[in-house]
Amino acid sequence: MSAIAASHLREAAAARRQSILLVFLCTLSGAAGQILGKIGMTHFTPNLFAIVTNVPLIGGYSLYGLNTLLMVLALRKGELSMLYPIIALTYVWVTLLSYTLLGEPPNLFKNCGIAMIVIGVAVLGSGGKAKV
Amino acid sequence: MTPQLFRSMLLVLGASVIGSFGAVFLKFGSAKITRNPLSFLNPQLGVGVTLYLGSSVFYFLAIRGGQLSILYPLVSLGYIWTLLWARLFFKESLTRQKFVGLGLILIGVVLVGMGAK
Repeated sequence: MSAIAASHLREAAAARRQSILLVFLCTLSGAAGQILGKIGMTHFTPNLFAIVTNVPLIGGYSLYGLNTLLMVLALRKGELSMLYPIIALTYVWVTLLSYTLLGEPPNLFKNCGIAMIVIGVAVLGSGGKAKV
Repeated sequence: MTPQLFRSMLLVLGASVIGSFGAVFLKFGSAKITRNPLSFLNPQLGVGVTLYLGSSVFYFLAIRGGQLSILYPLVSLGYIWTLLWARLFFKESLTRQKFVGLGLILIGVVLVGMGAK
C-alpha cells in the first residue's frame, strides 16, 4: 500500500471515530432532554409565565437543539446508514434514567431490550473495513 | 383497536417517515457547512431541522395516549426508511454488519416497548 493510501485510510478511520463520538453525545443530550421534558410536563400549566419559568421544560428543549446540532456535525463526515440507528442508544439512557431518577420499576423486557440495543450499536460501530 | 390507538399509530407512522427525511436533509445540509458559522443557514439544513423537530411533535402527540408496546415497533420503522434513503440518495453501501446491527437494535426497541406500559 502506498503512503498516500495509508494516510487516507487513517483519515477515514479518524473521521469515523469522530462521527460516532458525536452521535454518542447526541444520544446523551437527547435522553437528558426527554427526561427533563417529562419532569417539566408534570408541572405544566397552560400559562405563558408558567411555561417560560418552567426550567426543566426549557432545559429539555434547549437540549433538543444541542441534540440536532450534534447530529448535523456527526453526519458531516459519517454515513447516515451507520449513524442513524445508533440514535437508538437514547432508549438505553432514557430507560436507565427512568429507573434511577423517576423511580420506574425495572423489568426483564426493558433490560433485555437495552442489552440488545447496546450489542447492536457495538456491531454497527465496530471497526469494519474502512473504504478509501 | 380503539380509534385513539389507530390515530396514534398513524401519527407515529407519519413521524417515522418525516423524521427519516429530516435526517436526509440534515445530511445534505451538513455537507455545506464550512468554517464560516453563517454556512449553517442553508436551505437544506433549515428543511432538515424543521422535519426533524416536526417529527418529534408528531411523536409526542402519539405517545401521549400510551400503548408504547404497539407504538415503539412503529417508531423503529424510521430506521428502516433511513437505511433505504441512505442507499438511494447517498449511495451508501448496505453491508451485512449494518443489517445485523440494525436488526439487533430493532429487536431491542421492540423489547423496550413491550416492557413499557
